[in-house]
Formats: sequence, structure tokens, C-alpha cells
Amino acid sequence: MFSGASNFVNGVDKTFFIILGISFFFLIGITFTMIFFVLKYNRKKKIAAVQLKDNTWLEITWTLVPLALVMGMFYYGYMAFIPTRYPPKDAMEVKVIARMWKWSFEYKGGKQSDSLVLPVNKAVKLNLESMDVIHGFFIPSFRLKEDVVPGKHNYTWCIPEEIGQYEIMCSSYCGVRHSYMEGQVVVVSEDDFNKWLAALPDKSKETKSEGFKILQNNGCMGCHSIDGSKIVGPSFKGLYGSTVELVADDGTKKITADSTYIKESIFLPDKEIVAGYQKGIMKSYDNILKKEDVSKIIEYLKTIK
Amino acid sequence: MINATTTMESVSYLDHKGKYKGIFAWIFATDHKRIALLYLYAISTFFVIGAILGLLMRLELISPGQTIMTAQTYNGIFTVHGIMMIFMVVIPGLSAIFGNFFLPILIGAKDVAFPRLNLFSWYIFITGSILAVLSQFLRSGPPDTGWTFYAPYSTATGTNVIFATTAAFVLGFSSILTGLNFIVTIHRMRAPKMKFFSMPLFPWSIYATAWIQVLATPIIAITLLMLIAERLFKIGFFDPAYGGDPILFQHMFWIYSHPAVYIMILPAMGVITEIIPTFCQRKVYGYKAIAMSSLAIAGVGYLVWGHHMFTSGMSETARWVFSLLTFIVAIPSAVKVFNWLATMYKGSIDLKPPLLYALSFIFLFSIGGLTGLVLGSLATNIQVHDTSFVVAHFHYIVFGGMGFGFFAALHYWFPKIYGRMYNFRRANIAWGILFVGFNLLYFPLFIIGMQGMPRRYYDYLPQFQTGHVISTIGGIILIIGLFLMIRNLVLGARKGAKAPANPWNGSTLEWQIVSPPPQENFDEDPLIKNNPYDYE
Ligand code: HEC
Ligand SMILES: [Cu+2]
Ligand SMILES: [Cu+2]
Repeated sequence: MFSGASNFVNGVDKTFFIILGISFFFLIGITFTMIFFVLKYNRKKKIAAVQLKDNTWLEITWTLVPLALVMGMFYYGYMAFIPTRYPPKDAMEVKVIARMWKWSFEYKGGKQSDSLVLPVNKAVKLNLESMDVIHGFFIPSFRLKEDVVPGKHNYTWCIPEEIGQYEIMCSSYCGVRHSYMEGQVVVVSEDDFNKWLAALPDKSKETKSEGFKILQNNGCMGCHSIDGSKIVGPSFKGLYGSTVELVADDGTKKITADSTYIKESIFLPDKEIVAGYQKGIMKSYDNILKKEDVSKIIEYLKTIK
Repeated sequence: MINATTTMESVSYLDHKGKYKGIFAWIFATDHKRIALLYLYAISTFFVIGAILGLLMRLELISPGQTIMTAQTYNGIFTVHGIMMIFMVVIPGLSAIFGNFFLPILIGAKDVAFPRLNLFSWYIFITGSILAVLSQFLRSGPPDTGWTFYAPYSTATGTNVIFATTAAFVLGFSSILTGLNFIVTIHRMRAPKMKFFSMPLFPWSIYATAWIQVLATPIIAITLLMLIAERLFKIGFFDPAYGGDPILFQHMFWIYSHPAVYIMILPAMGVITEIIPTFCQRKVYGYKAIAMSSLAIAGVGYLVWGHHMFTSGMSETARWVFSLLTFIVAIPSAVKVFNWLATMYKGSIDLKPPLLYALSFIFLFSIGGLTGLVLGSLATNIQVHDTSFVVAHFHYIVFGGMGFGFFAALHYWFPKIYGRMYNFRRANIAWGILFVGFNLLYFPLFIIGMQGMPRRYYDYLPQFQTGHVISTIGGIILIIGLFLMIRNLVLGARKGAKAPANPWNGSTLEWQIVSPPPQENFDEDPLIKNNPYDYE
């Protein structure tokens, strides 16, 4: 009755059906009884209230019957849940890397991709790694969700059962661009998958400057672009040497973005704010970045004019 | 001589002249009834502010993309909305206002056990509230963590987290002291013939709540202190970058914050248990079952916190044990609902505004509770955890439950508190608008949540827009209803017709004294019945 994009849809949806079915029954029963009593025993009918004695058996009945029902619900939920924790031994492994506010996926051999391409009808185990805060790996069409917790090695798995494209969302609040942390799962035939993987360029071998890597590993790129577009903060493109308008407690001023200014922007971001931006968004990287790191960042910034 | 006693009797707590004059007669008052009103005015103000913040969020979400505010502003607003509504409105709400006012009267006491501590609790509450409001205006910008303060986001963000957590920390002490005061009051201050099992059921629910306040609140206090220390000194409790564990924070946070849900809802259930017998003129059905179910909820409620963390990566065993206990904690609530219905059976039912609110409480709370089963089941939790389904669920419980319970209590005890009556017709109209607005506002969130709309999203995919539009329209209707309700009550308090001592023909002690009550509640020893709901 319930089939869908992954092997878990059936179990999860069946549990929905059972719990919601019983719940509707009770809700309608309770509501109907209330309305019925209000009409039937309305004071306008001028019939005196009848006082009744408590009945222990009745109390026991309406304790045990719901108890039995909820135990049934628990059992169905448990049975549909347990398989989601035990991936088959031969499942293909993909590392899901979450950082503010971007998903990336690393396949065997270190090749990375921005979308999660999977072969249909093959089990895949997803190892969830966060580079910064907690994110939530959520594919609604697959009935799949597990938090991506920094310092923990959470996982989930599934067998995609229908070729197509599905949304990945971030379910766990992770800051200003939480709602933009989206991605795609693309389910293709096994042949197409193999071709795609072979053609995927191996970015890990590309040599990027050290400054770039520091920016990427510290989540700066979630807020600052290097192509001139404004995300949350100003773009880094052409920043070095440009004129920046700043707002401080004592009015605005114009300065030239040199090394001292950039160092200060990273260690004391709230001291002076770039005009047009809000304070409090960028945290201080004092204690996190070393002086040498910042020098490397500055070297890199000089190269993107 | 005769004259003297009558004038003595008729001085109500509102007109009583003490040492201080004007506003000082209120802010230095140790009378439980005046303190209750101090809480009422402060909490109502926060509630209205919180509701308007909620409406702003709904307006932002009426269309995808930026509508009226930036993402950072949105994140700040849902954070204050949560902090205000949880720590400053629903946790203190019923117990600090109606518990303060009616607990002593219902058990035949002149005041709470420690009247000055009671006033001190109010000052702590106000201090905490001021800190929370200040956190919005200080230099580094409003906190943007959500009211849950999850680490390591909360240890890393540049915004004013320390102020907000300090506020919650301070507010917690007010809660602990109020709880302590009520426990001692119930144990030591009952009228001589008032046995535990001849107390009305509202005091029972306050009793269960007070134990949770005393035992659970210190845990959140410790947690918040640890978070502050982590931010200041990088100790490594929660942030993996310093060797900490973010999941530890979640456990500690929910060990308090799940029981806190029962701090909110138990007193509301107590209110409903007072209203239904009065308007049905029936002895409450299953007195012992209702009293014991309050204690059962308070007890088992401690052991289910893990259901907030089903997707955090806990072991399979932890997940199924928490799921099982979560299903069990649903049972005492169901027992209460069945006993309420049984109390209506063969009664003489008068559908006045308080009962209207009470019955809508049962309806909304049932929806909240039943959708809780969907969240408690491991398989379905995977899909709906951290989606707008959860948002709808807890608003049905907290607003539909505690909120409507609060409105029910206001309409029920209003004539006793102010000695005046509000207009019934206007009260019914406001109720209708509120009820329709409420369901339009929250019901669509269940549906888009099941389809995969995550919570705390500033922007969303176009397929969710219909649900969001209906929800926003509901939000506007709800706010209109709310203002009509408040206006009607304010008018009633100032110009309403004088209310008799017992307008609803209630059987509990508060209805045996004049409205508004005299300064020391009882001019002569109250008559204590064996069963407080004796209509024979
Ligand atoms: C949460 C978003 C966010 C992150 C992450 C972030 N920044 Fe920023 N950054 C901003 C915002 C917003 C501004 C502008 C407001 C201000 O001056 O503080 C800014 C300003 C700056 C400026 C000044 C830019 C100018 O045009 O004058 C520099 C330099 C900078 N950031 C560097 C960094 C570095 C390096 C990192 C990573 C280690 C980083 N930022 C991470 C949001 C962010
Ligand atoms: Cu995220
Ligand atoms: Cu997120």
C-alpha cells in the first residue's frame, strides 16, 4: 500500500496510518461525546444533575485499554525503526560533510560532489560528519533523518527505490542561513552512477592556497563569497586595498582595507561594523584562528582582486 | 458593635489600606492575592508582546524569500518569542497567578506559608524578565540560538547569549521559590479539617507542579551556568573543539525542559477539573484517579526527556526505552479526559464562557496529546522530528492547553478576583474568533510538517506556501480574538456589573466568601466538606 522513494517509506507510513487512525477515532469520540452531553444534559432542560458514584472497574478499563493501544503503537514504531539502524555489511559508504550552510558528499577515493548521486536499489550507508555546529540531515521523501553532530560519528542508511531527484534539507537549526542549507539527492541507474563517478573530478588533488583552505575549514565561506556576491557578509573579492565604510559607536568613517583592518575584523568583528550589515552575526575568531592563519588568509585575499 | 463587624468584613483585599499608599501598596504587598495580580499584569504584558512577535514571524512566512525582515532578525525573533513565552509566560503563568490567588483560599488558609518570600519571588521574576528584555538591546545583538540554546552553536555565535541565559537562570529561582512556598503551604497551612483527600483538585495539581519546579529547575540552572562558563572560559563541557560533548547539553537541557512541559500543563488540567463540576453541578468523577494521575504525570514525566533527541545519534536501546516511557506517560492524561467526560454525564450543563474555554481545552489538548503519539513513535519521529509538525504539536499543548486553560481560569475566577462580571455575549464572540484563528494557525503546520517542512526556517520551498498562507491568516484572526477577549475583560473589571459571591453556584471554598475576597480571606472558620465537590 505504501511504497515510495526508499525502503523505509513503507514501514514509516504504515506506522503513521495506524497511529493517526486510532487518534482520529479517539478525537472524534471525545469531541462528539462533549457536544452530545452539552446538548442532552443542557441546563435549559431544567433536569437536576444526577450524582454518580465512582466505579473502580470503569477507571481500570479506561486505563488499560488505552495502555494496550499505545503499546501496539510503540511496537509498530519500534519494528519499523529498527531496520533503519542496521545497514547491510556490503553497503556502499558515502561521507556526508555538513558545514555552515552547505552539504558536500565524499565518495570512496576522496572524490567530492555537491549533490548526493546514488545508484537505484543499492544500499548506501551515509556517514555524517559536521565541521562546525549541529546540522540535521533530512530527506523527507526517503523518511530519513539523523543529526550531524560535530565530534560524533552518526550514520544512517537506505536503499533508494525510485529514480528521480529529491530534496535534502537541514532540520537542525544552525544559524543565519539554516533555511538555505539545501541539497539534492539524485537517484540514477547503476550504469549512470558508475559513469558519473568516473567522470567526477577529484578536487582533493587540486592545490589550493593555504589561505583558501583555512577560510573553507572555518566556515567563513558560508557568509563570505569569493566571487563578489553578497551572502551574509561582504564578499572577499577585491576587499584587500579597497575603501570600506564603517559604523562604530561614534559615527561612520571610511578606511582602506589593509592587513591591520582585516586582522581586526576577524578578531574583534563587533568593534566596527561594515555599513549595511548587522552586528553580532560574525563571531570573534580570537582563540580559534592563530596569527599565522590570519596572515595566510590575508595573503590569499590579496590574490582575489 | 454589629456595624463594626460588617464594615470589617466588607473591606476587600482591593480596598484594604495597609502601611503603604498608591503603587507601593501593591509592589510592597505580601498578600497572596495582590501578588497574584502583580504576576497577572506582568505576565499578560509579556504574553501580548510574545504574541505580537509570533505574528511578525507569521507575516514573514506568508511568502517565500524575504517578506518583512532579514534572516538574522527572524532568528532573533523566534528566540525571544520562545524565551519569553516559555520562561516568562507559560511556566510561571497559572501557578504564580491562580495558584497564588486561589491555592490558599481553596485549602482554607489565610495566605501562603512564606508571604515575604512570595513577594521576593515576584521581584526575582521581574529582574529575570528585565535581563531577558535587555539582552535584545545590548551591543552584540539579540541572541539567535532559539530558546533551546543548543551547543555548540550557542557557545560559538557572536550574539548576546550570556545575557539571555542569565535571564533564564534568574527566572528559574523565582520558579523554585514559588514551588517551595506552595509545597509548604499545602502541607502546613490547610484548615484544620481539610485532609489531603478533601482538597479540591486544583491544589492537587499545583502540588504536583510544585515538586517538579523544586526538583527539576536546578538542573537547568546548572546547565545554563555551564554554558556561560563554556562561552567565557572555553572549558570544554559541550564544544567538541575543546573536547566537550554537544549531546551532553541536550540531555541536561531536556532533563529539565521536558518536565517543564508538565509545569505548564498540570495546573491547566487542575483548572479544568474545577470548572467542569461547577458548570455541570456534578461531583467530579474519579476524584482519586485525577489526583493520582497528576502525581503519575509528575513522576513518569521525569523519565521521558530522551524523546526530544531521537535523531541525535543515541543508542538504539536508549531510543526504544524513551519511546516506551513516552507512550506510558500519555495514559494519565487520557484518564483525566475520560473522567472529565464522565463528570459531564447526567449533569446539568450550563455552557457559560468558562466552560466553553474548558471544553475547547479538552479538544485542543487532545489534538496536542494524540499528535504527541506520532512524535513518540520511533518510526514516525524520524519524519516529523524538527519539522513544523513539532511546532504545531507543542502549540496545541502549550497554547491550546495551557493558554486556553489560562483563559478558562480567567473567565471562571474573574468575578471572584474583581467582584465584577464581564459581558457574556462579547466573551463568547471573542472565544469563537480565537478558536477558529487558533486552528487555522496551527493545523496546517501538522500537514506541511509531515511533508517535510523543517522548523525555524526563514525561507521555504514553494510547495509549502499554501499551508503557510492559511497559517498566517489564522494568526491574524487569532490576534483579533485575543484583543477582543482582553478588551472585554478590561471593560468588565472597570465597569462590569457587581458580581455576587457565588455567580456559578460553585461548591469549593472560594465561592463561600464575598467577591472580591476580604484581606484575610475568611472572616470566620470555613466549613470544610469531606468531598469538595458536594452538590447534594
Ligand atoms: C555568520 C556569518 C559569518 C561568518 C561565518 C564569518 N563572517 Fe566575516 N563578516 C560577517 C558579516 C555580517 C560581516 C560584516 C559586519 C561586520 O563588519 O562585522 C563580516 C565582516 C568580515 C570582514 C570585514 C569585511 C569588509 O568588507 O570590510 C572580514 C575581513 C571578515 N568578515 C572575515 C571573516 C573570516 C576570515 C571568517 C572565517 C574565519 C569570517 N569572516 C566568518 C559574517 C560572517
Ligand atoms: Cu545546517
Ligand atoms: Cu540548519
